Amino acid sequence: MTYGPETLEALQRDAAEVIARYPTPRSALLPLLHLVQSVDGYVSPDGIEFCAQTLDLTLAEVSAVATFYSQFKRKPNGQYTLGVCITSLCAIMGGDAIFDKLSEYLGVGNDETTADGMFTLEKIECNAACDFAPVMMVNWEFFDYQTPASAVQVAEDLRLGRPVAPTRGPDRVHSFREVSRVLAGFLDGHEDEGPSAGDASLRGRKLAEANGWAVPAPGAAAPAGAAAEGESK
Amino acid sequence: MTDTLTPLLTSRWGNPDSWTLQAYLKAGGYEALKKALSQDAADVLNNVKDSGLRGRGGAGFPTGTKWSFLPPPDGGPRYLVVNADESEPGTCKDIPLMMADPHQLIEGAIITSYAIGCHHAFIYLRGEVVHVYRRLLGAVAEAKKAGYLGKDILGSGFDLELTVHAGAGAYICGEETALLDSLEGRRGQPRLKPPFPAVAGLYARPTVVNNVESIASVPWITLNGQEWWKSMGTEKSTGVAIYSLSGHVQQPGQYEAPLGITMRQLIDLAGGIRAGHELKFWMPGGSSTAMFTQEQLDVPLDYDSVVAAGSMLGTRALQVFDDSVCVVRAVSRWMDFYAHESCGKCTPCREGTFWLRSVLRRIEAGRGKPEDMQILEDIPKSIVGKAFCPLGDGAPSSLVSSLKYFRAEYEDHIENGRCPFDPKAAYLFKEVAA
Repeated sequence: MTYGPETLEALQRDAAEVIARYPTPRSALLPLLHLVQSVDGYVSPDGIEFCAQTLDLTLAEVSAVATFYSQFKRKPNGQYTLGVCITSLCAIMGGDAIFDKLSEYLGVGNDETTADGMFTLEKIECNAACDFAPVMMVNWEFFDYQTPASAVQVAEDLRLGRPVAPTRGPDRVHSFREVSRVLAGFLDGHEDEGPSAGDASLRGRKLAEANGWAVPAPGAAAPAGAAAEGESK
Repeated sequence: MTDTLTPLLTSRWGNPDSWTLQAYLKAGGYEALKKALSQDAADVLNNVKDSGLRGRGGAGFPTGTKWSFLPPPDGGPRYLVVNADESEPGTCKDIPLMMADPHQLIEGAIITSYAIGCHHAFIYLRGEVVHVYRRLLGAVAEAKKAGYLGKDILGSGFDLELTVHAGAGAYICGEETALLDSLEGRRGQPRLKPPFPAVAGLYARPTVVNNVESIASVPWITLNGQEWWKSMGTEKSTGVAIYSLSGHVQQPGQYEAPLGITMRQLIDLAGGIRAGHELKFWMPGGSSTAMFTQEQLDVPLDYDSVVAAGSMLGTRALQVFDDSVCVVRAVSRWMDFYAHESCGKCTPCREGTFWLRSVLRRIEAGRGKPEDMQILEDIPKSIVGKAFCPLGDGAPSSLVSSLKYFRAEYEDHIENGRCPFDPKAAYLFKEVAA
């Protein structure tokens, strides 16, 4: 390993904290891989060696895990991952056009990083925000209801160093390394930023309120079976 | 008669600072926990069992029954693992739940742990939602500080550690045994069952794996009782559930309703189909379930009625596609997903999804051959029922069902050597990529 003594000491201190969360040390492997990404910007050979030594695994065992998961990068990642959802629904609602436009703007294709190390463009699979389609994730923060123009604007603002806020997330997007540290389980103090929920998440609730609809009051329920029978017919 | 919509798990979403302990307590949070801890664990379990609550993660297995499968205590550890790996295409309910109301899930996890005798529970969250992870980590820290987690919870003598774990990008980890392997620090690949997790799960110890929405329902059932829960929904699909509408409806979003509401009602609540268009097809439970068309708009969306109509309720991930959408394109893209996400362990799934992807892509691109129709019929038969886990079973569902309703559309692609649809017509925005 080529880590300097200070880096190594910090890694070891953090790793001990991660391992303490689990009954068995090996369970710490995924968070430790996120942790080495927060230091190196990807899962480096050093990072693999560190995980192997720390958890008493072979290099092959660690590599086998690192290559299985799409969030672990085997080459230096950009400061910002622009992930455009291209699973069926988002793709059809316009995700394909967004990806193509971003690719043209950045001059890179899928899973490629711009020469200045600023952006990695990625086609991502369904990110559980389908009611906000088409969706883009920037360093795994939600950018809802995207268009080709809005996605390019996000990239341009980031390139110019302007603060960029996700639709549902912290006040601004943080770097790939900073976010990787959160994914290792270390809070960054931004959990109280951003909204409770997006507008689509609240539509049913608001409609119910407008119509005076609610669950039955507890205790006012009909006798067992009666209401259920009626409903099922 | 229960009201049309019944916000319960979604009832605090959007409240000011709804994710904080202070807001949760103000809205009546952790009262269910106090009630549970004052009862015998067996009574807490039986209340949930008698409520008829069925798993909200897709399979619909009765939650309390799953808990009761744990062998009698042997002095060793038993675990609760909450499946928060929400990844089934179209499914988008657990992520907003945890972002807006993480304490609801935590309270459910504590009550469930108490009921099953677990002292270390886990929430396995997919890694691609960093702000949700922040909210969960923050909420666990708050709950611990306030004495809802840790040693001697609220003076009851009950101890519980809760670890929130972030995955790293793999759809397969939503399958419970793959999730357990992943949580053990391995590649997320499914295990052969039996043994089931109830007998040999995490670290080969008795383990309950439940979906986020199932666990978040537990405080409500504990607080208000199983009779109240059963007064909503249908006889065999009790209670309320979150329905997620996406795609070509006017108002996509989360609509919480008694089980048994119909798609016609939901589309109406969501303001109808996109203006100037008609419904073409929809997915009732995510992309792994058979598609429906206008014909099934009045099928009650409960577990058994949807099965009887030829599909599955799954995660109530209702994806709506109007008449601008090419069904071959939609199915082809879902097959891209399954080919990408197949973990590779079982040959029928790994190779089958690969070849289906290739054939579907060439048909959509106008390079299909007449014999491709037979290939599309044959390959699914070599996958379904021949792999370890449901990924393989679900992968060809959209294809097989689309051939039933839209066979002519595939043949048209092949005969005319082109896709008859303009993808731009389906976009939700007006601007056209230059």
